[in-house]
Amino acid sequence: MDLSTTYMGMKLKNPIVPSASPLSKDIGNIKRMEDAGAAAVVMYSLFEEQIVHESMEMFYHTMHGTESFPEALSYFPELDNYNHGPEEYLEHLRKAREAVDIPVIASLNGSSLGGWLKYAKKIEQTGVDGLELNMYYVAADPDKSAEELENQYVAVVKSLQDLNIPLAVKLSPFFTSFAHFARRLDDAGADGLVLFNRFYQPDINLETLEVTPNVVLSSPSEMRLPLRWIAILHGHVKTSLAATGGIHTAEDALKMIMAGADVTMLCSVLLKYGIDQIAEILKRLEWWLSEHEYESLQQMRGSMSQKSYENPAAFERANYMKALAGYVLTEDLKYHN
Amino acid sequence: MKRPMVTIDGNEAAAYVAHKISEVIAIYPITPSSAMGEWSDEWSSRGQKNIWGSVPSVMEMQSEGGAAGAVHGALQTGALTTTFTSSQGLLLMVPNMFKIAGELTPTVFHIAARSIATHALSIFGDHSDVMAVRATGFAQLCAFSVQETMDMALIAHAATLEGRVPVMHFFDGFRTSHEVMKVEQLTEDDLRAMITDELVRQFRSRSLSPENPVLRGSAQNPDVFFQARETVNPFYQNFPTIVQKAMDKFAQLTGRHYHLFDYCGAQDAERVIVMMGSGALTAQETAEFLIKNGEKVGVVKVHLYRPFAKEAFLNALPKTVKSIAVLDRTKEPGSSGEPLYQDVMTTLSEAMNDNVLPLMHFPKVIGGRYGLSSKEFTPAMVKAVFDELKQSKPKNHFTVGIHDDVTLSSLDYDPAFSIEPDDVVRSLFYGLGADGTVGANKNSIKIIGEDTDNYAQGYFVYDSKKSGSITISHLRFGPREINAPYLVDSANFIACHQFSFLEKYDMLKPAVEGATFLLNSPYGANEVWDQLPKRMQRQMIDKKLKFYVIDGYRVAKETGMGGRFNTIMQTCFFAISGILPRDKAIEAIKHSIEKTYGKKGEEIVRMNFNAVDQTLANLYQVEVPNAVSSKIELAETVSSKAPEFVKNVTAKIIAGDGDELPVSAMPVDGTFPTDTARWEKRNIALEIPVWDPNVCIQCNKCALVCPHATIRVKVFDGAILKNQPETFKAVPYKGKEFPNMMYAIQVAPEDCTGCGICVDVCPAKNKSETRLKAINMMPQVPLRDQERINWDYFLDIPEIDRRQVAMNTVKGSQFLQPLFEFSGACSGCGETPYLKLVSQLFGDRAVIANATGCSSIYGGNLPTTPWAKNKDGRGPAWANSLFEDNAEFGLGFRLSIDKQTAYARELLMKLASQVGGQLAEAILNAPQKTESDIVDQRERVAELKKKLAAMRQPEAESLSAIADMLVRKSVWIIGGDGWAYDIGYGGLDHVLASGRNVNILVLDTEVYSNTGGQASKSTNRAAVAKFAASGKRVSKKDLGLMAMSAGHVYVAQVAMGSSDQQTVKAFLEAEAYDGPSLIIAYSHCIAHGINMGQGMRQQKAAVDCGHWPLYRYNPDLVLEGKNPMVLDSKAPSLGFKDYAYAETRYKMLTKSDPDVAMQLAELAQDDIKKRWHFYEQLATLDFHTNGKN
Repeated sequence: MDLSTTYMGMKLKNPIVPSASPLSKDIGNIKRMEDAGAAAVVMYSLFEEQIVHESMEMFYHTMHGTESFPEALSYFPELDNYNHGPEEYLEHLRKAREAVDIPVIASLNGSSLGGWLKYAKKIEQTGVDGLELNMYYVAADPDKSAEELENQYVAVVKSLQDLNIPLAVKLSPFFTSFAHFARRLDDAGADGLVLFNRFYQPDINLETLEVTPNVVLSSPSEMRLPLRWIAILHGHVKTSLAATGGIHTAEDALKMIMAGADVTMLCSVLLKYGIDQIAEILKRLEWWLSEHEYESLQQMRGSMSQKSYENPAAFERANYMKALAGYVLTEDLKYHN
Repeated sequence: MKRPMVTIDGNEAAAYVAHKISEVIAIYPITPSSAMGEWSDEWSSRGQKNIWGSVPSVMEMQSEGGAAGAVHGALQTGALTTTFTSSQGLLLMVPNMFKIAGELTPTVFHIAARSIATHALSIFGDHSDVMAVRATGFAQLCAFSVQETMDMALIAHAATLEGRVPVMHFFDGFRTSHEVMKVEQLTEDDLRAMITDELVRQFRSRSLSPENPVLRGSAQNPDVFFQARETVNPFYQNFPTIVQKAMDKFAQLTGRHYHLFDYCGAQDAERVIVMMGSGALTAQETAEFLIKNGEKVGVVKVHLYRPFAKEAFLNALPKTVKSIAVLDRTKEPGSSGEPLYQDVMTTLSEAMNDNVLPLMHFPKVIGGRYGLSSKEFTPAMVKAVFDELKQSKPKNHFTVGIHDDVTLSSLDYDPAFSIEPDDVVRSLFYGLGADGTVGANKNSIKIIGEDTDNYAQGYFVYDSKKSGSITISHLRFGPREINAPYLVDSANFIACHQFSFLEKYDMLKPAVEGATFLLNSPYGANEVWDQLPKRMQRQMIDKKLKFYVIDGYRVAKETGMGGRFNTIMQTCFFAISGILPRDKAIEAIKHSIEKTYGKKGEEIVRMNFNAVDQTLANLYQVEVPNAVSSKIELAETVSSKAPEFVKNVTAKIIAGDGDELPVSAMPVDGTFPTDTARWEKRNIALEIPVWDPNVCIQCNKCALVCPHATIRVKVFDGAILKNQPETFKAVPYKGKEFPNMMYAIQVAPEDCTGCGICVDVCPAKNKSETRLKAINMMPQVPLRDQERINWDYFLDIPEIDRRQVAMNTVKGSQFLQPLFEFSGACSGCGETPYLKLVSQLFGDRAVIANATGCSSIYGGNLPTTPWAKNKDGRGPAWANSLFEDNAEFGLGFRLSIDKQTAYARELLMKLASQVGGQLAEAILNAPQKTESDIVDQRERVAELKKKLAAMRQPEAESLSAIADMLVRKSVWIIGGDGWAYDIGYGGLDHVLASGRNVNILVLDTEVYSNTGGQASKSTNRAAVAKFAASGKRVSKKDLGLMAMSAGHVYVAQVAMGSSDQQTVKAFLEAEAYDGPSLIIAYSHCIAHGINMGQGMRQQKAAVDCGHWPLYRYNPDLVLEGKNPMVLDSKAPSLGFKDYAYAETRYKMLTKSDPDVAMQLAELAQDDIKKRWHFYEQLATLDFHTNGKN
């Protein structure tokens, strides 16, 4: 069965790509992903903010208390090298690139326009095959309009047009006019859109009265959101489309591809059940396609997109109305009403 | 040949040469020589090679005694070996030094000369250490300046190889070891030229080798020992010639020609000073100044003190000399004169006897002491000595630099006398340790030294507090070499980096007319004048000062620099002083920022650049008005309520005027009153905790963890609340144990350091606004006056009767008055809460032996001590002997107390019928287990004393003198891990083995904190420390387990931040245990690189991850058939990395060497697993049968 696909101009043997996760911190895991059949791998993210924070923190703590007391003018040895830049990450990219044959896609989270460019260039020099911009930003500033924010995103993408590797943008779904915004990114030169980024959502601990950042793995129901938007965007943007979030089974992947995804990214399922799941999913994918007599994966790509589906409105507001009408109130709710 | 000019201090200069000409370096940290070992270790860990192309091996030892032993061994087996030390460290090396010299072994010991502890410890410089070891047979070669330190180091290494006499190369501690100077760096070619490989081979050929076996270190009998000892004479006779030869060769290479004795001054001088060390340069400069005014004076500078080359000395003296003053920087009580004086006298007398005196007359010779413990030695004092030599009967055995109103030894001098040339820029900078002032100045010196033709000198004065410490930087820049090893006392540039200093210090006193004053001020150019104290305004007008202000606080905040204004104030200095053109200065500053911070991260560089750029726009000149308008007077140093001693002596020291105190003001035997820190209102906190009684659950945890005893709790009868201040807060007490009582938490606003650790541990959150707790940090300044009144009121509320308190609870323990308060420890210190707890539980009957280290410095460094007294005048009696002997010192307390108690009991038994049989019996049989028992016994002893006073027998008088010994005393032996794990371990082991009832508290920071973070055997695997820069490779020594193996030692491992209840319990059990007890207390530390306000969280993490299991091992339980080991913490629930990587000491290795960091972290995790597994088994062993079946 021909499972091949093209993502950001890269020919991939199948659509299964592990997304950015702590798994890729280990080169052994990346090799295991390749062995299990992954078509490419997205590396964990380099966070500019973290680099800055760590260097500031190290600076503060190594300087704190120095030159104050005559017997202890410092408290730490002066080291030759503090590796405060992204060297560790870049070195890891190099090692990953050497370790496997599948395309390696780096991931970057910048916090300043200059930072994006600086780190992106360094990442490019490691020989990786692509770069995913992990645009993770909670727009909490009431003084900042949606347009200002979108302009910032677009500016970042434009600033990176000199790169010689393809560029994907991983986005959150929180944009007012998402399709329009996707088009803007497309126009700015993005080669791929990765839908969607998931934020770690804060939780409240009732006993300690503390906010705890809670990492909850995705559940399959979450794939509905990217499914809709991929279905809507397919054919309306030139960029590749990657689906991510809630894809746990071969069936999930099939739905995404039918909606129009070029690749389907896995994370939670691998964290939960192990890297070998890639092989399982691929096996089932292949079985399903032959069972349903598809010639290739390409054949079904976008077949259920808004453009191709008989009732385009199914992906829009009407869909919601229809769902509401079909909803049955529980006994409990009836009683209260 | 053009050699590089470098700007370095004396330690670096000596270490530079030593590292290049050595193969093995054995070291142990001691101030002020630690940096030589640190440099060596750093260079070796970077792979820097010696002149033979090999990287020297650097080994940290457990003590200086150990270092000397390792040096001796390495020399015996043929490696070129060196070491560095000072003071007590040198004394610990003495036995090996005799051996090394007796065996004619070439080596050089580089010594930053420092005072030896006598009536007090002092870290500062004089020659009492090197003079105390002059009998060892080591040659003694003295360097006077940073340049000479580098030069003499090389001459010493060259000479020892040729002459086989080991050399002690010494220079003045701090004055030279820490003075930063622009010097010419010797090149590798210079070093090669001076060191002869053939001599190295000869040295090796004498070494121990089984290929060519010999025996060395025999034992000899009366028949031959003496003769054998005299065999070395030719070597000593030849050695001065060899040294001079090396000096001559050195001169050919570098043009700097030294002699065994260098004479400088008038050829027809009649009055001559003989001396060595940095002070000789002051004497030389002064002599040259006086000669220009027609005086016939000169100075003989002694470079080679041992062997004392008599002929060379006589030849160095001008023939015209009529009177000589020999100055010694040491004191030898009871001698006929100090060492150099005696040598000079002997030399002159012998020459006179032998008729070879090359002088016109036998001169009048006087000896004097100067500069003990880095006491200033200035041109004014030199002049006083020269003037004295004019007298027909000059004072002999004089002192200079102090006012001796007891034995009238001191010479008067005119402090106004100055020889500073006009073309030297002399600057003073007043800053806080935390604001980066010293670092900035060191940088400026480097810029000026390396980017201009100017010479530069920097010397830095620190106070002895570890929090809120003040630094004064003394900088000189000028077109010629600067030989002024004394503080700047007439400055043409003065900068004050902290506005709050204005009300404390008389900073403008040293300003010369027309000088510039730069002030970091929150008030702008238009408002600042009105905020200045009256005296300062007067000085500015009278001295016609130029005045500049910058709001460095704001610029630092806006540019992300936080509390560090270093680059901001540095930029101002360059902008105003005009030493460099502005543009060039800015460029140089930025270049230096890149050099200094480049490897620490681009963001750091960017932030500093930004600060530089923002500075100039915010720097303003202020027009100084013609008239004084201020009403602000300087505050009194201490309250008028303070005791006389505090007012007359302590206050002067606090104010920085200690130099003015005469001999009569000082105690004769080093004994000082306790309870003095309370008078030193330092006001260093920017924010202080404020109590919200509505939220408070009255758990007292804040008081327990407060490192400075500035947050207090009291429970009391509400009826006493009369005329309370308006803002004083008290609420009904919630606990059942004190019904109908009131409760108050009060903060000492002027003593708090603002660490916030109390807020961090407060478990009560405001239910409506969870960011608030029951205590919250608020700005200090607006609260200061109000809370000062509240604090005084709070102090007057009676302390609770100790008998009513449940001491075995955290809450109860905190109702007891702390007798350890307001120490100068680091803000947020992890050690001091334990000391405070000891003082609360047992302070009124405790005797404390304190090892040298952080706890002896914040515990006993003048001006004040935190050890305090209760209203009855009782409190801990405290003494520090040394670093290495503390366990033995404390055991001595126990032996002495036990002996006196036994004798008192014997006397009481004899006198029983006369004092009343019932009373005697009650005293003799008192259980003294509980607080009530103790109070009862005290009452009985008081009654006994009354009865004894009326009796006439000598036994009654004897008993009266020691009757207090009948009340149980608590002996505490306290120190850090450097003491307990390393230098003092032998003694500690012996004291534990003695079985005597002592309580040993190890404040375990897992690093030598006081000397700046060197690794100890307590340092954990994977942590970075000095001497373990690439991460400690082996696991931490398990001191507790070792002590447990004795079987009769109570052992507890505690961490207050994890379980405060277990801590309190362990302290009580340890004290109650009738035998040796060892408490190992996890103490978070500034040397861990953590946010000190969250230190208790890190303690918890250390326990949760299993690095620091909590346990108590109580041998008494064995008697009950129980397992003595109780594990008080749960199995590890946190990964090692989750704990470790919140601390810089571990984290930095992940940056410098990620692979090694990963390996070591895995091993450390493994250590934890294994240890826990082992402890778990220990704690579950069956002791029921106690091995009888």
